[in-house]
Amino acid sequence: MTATFVVTAPLMILSALGILVVRKAVHAALLLAVVMINLAFVYASLDAPFLFAVQIIVYTGAVLMLFLFVLMLVGVDVSDEVTESIRGHKVASLLLGLILAVVVLAMIGQLSLGTMKGLATANGAGIRGGGNLEALANLLFSRYVVAFEATSALLITAAVGAMVLAHRERTEPKSTQAELARERVRAYGENGLHLGPLPAPGTLARHNAVDTPALLPDGSHAKQSIPAGLHGHPKSGAAIEAKP
Amino acid sequence: MTDVTPYLIVSAVLFSIGATGVLIRRNAIVVFMCIELMLNAANLSLVSFSNLHGNLEGQVTAFFVMVVAAAEVVIGLAIIMTIFRSRRSASIDDASLLKW
Repeated sequence: MTATFVVTAPLMILSALGILVVRKAVHAALLLAVVMINLAFVYASLDAPFLFAVQIIVYTGAVLMLFLFVLMLVGVDVSDEVTESIRGHKVASLLLGLILAVVVLAMIGQLSLGTMKGLATANGAGIRGGGNLEALANLLFSRYVVAFEATSALLITAAVGAMVLAHRERTEPKSTQAELARERVRAYGENGLHLGPLPAPGTLARHNAVDTPALLPDGSHAKQSIPAGLHGHPKSGAAIEAKP
Repeated sequence: MTDVTPYLIVSAVLFSIGATGVLIRRNAIVVFMCIELMLNAANLSLVSFSNLHGNLEGQVTAFFVMVVAAAEVVIGLAIIMTIFRSRRSASIDDASLLKW
């Protein structure tokens, strides 16, 4: 056991356990980032400098940022429901996970694998006696070259698939500026809606943030001054100001 | 010379935590994170076995696992986004249209 492992292993296990218990998905994503960065350090201590860099770049850089991105799109406030839809679901899941851990750990306990040989000779076997990167490249581009080419096909398929899934077809043509103006004047003629621009947020209010509604002369909120999505949002400026 | 068993134990514990998370959590994105945790745990044991045997096959396999995981995350998150768009929910209990 190296010093790196002694420090990172408890951190990894504690943060992984945290993923199970935290209520918010953002916290789970950040705890997963802790696990992955610590794992990268373990890789570095296991003579795998290339995987150390890939772990940081691909996992904490790309994958976790993608997770956070989707979380922001879905809404950060979306959290797990507290009620159980199946009775005893949590207890049963915990029990199953515990059984899995016991079985695998018992299996590991029965093995005697000996000590690590280290990768000094393998890393030196690359072209021109280079390091880990050269030795890995030597393997990747000779024995595993077909698999390597297949991964490129896989990545392209994944990118195209994501674009197809995320694409939204416009069902009606986009309305032009002239149409919007005509619609506005019609609304004025029929319902007497205000013809001019909407009131700006924060006018005469305490803050000028976009979620703070403008105040009318009688001190009430001008509803139209904030975006429709923020109406009734528990964290909007209106709700915070309304609190005593 | 370091012993390989502690690394395998941590890997097994992380894998079990990930599996438990998949069963216990009901937010689809968190379930997905737990799947990533399981993949990472498998990678840890691959890298330590690579060090144990003194050859690089394990590291090459871990590299391929990472590539496949990246592709899987892209597609999975796109699916979650599509489900969220049609159902306004990221809970896996709500995607029950095919339930008998």
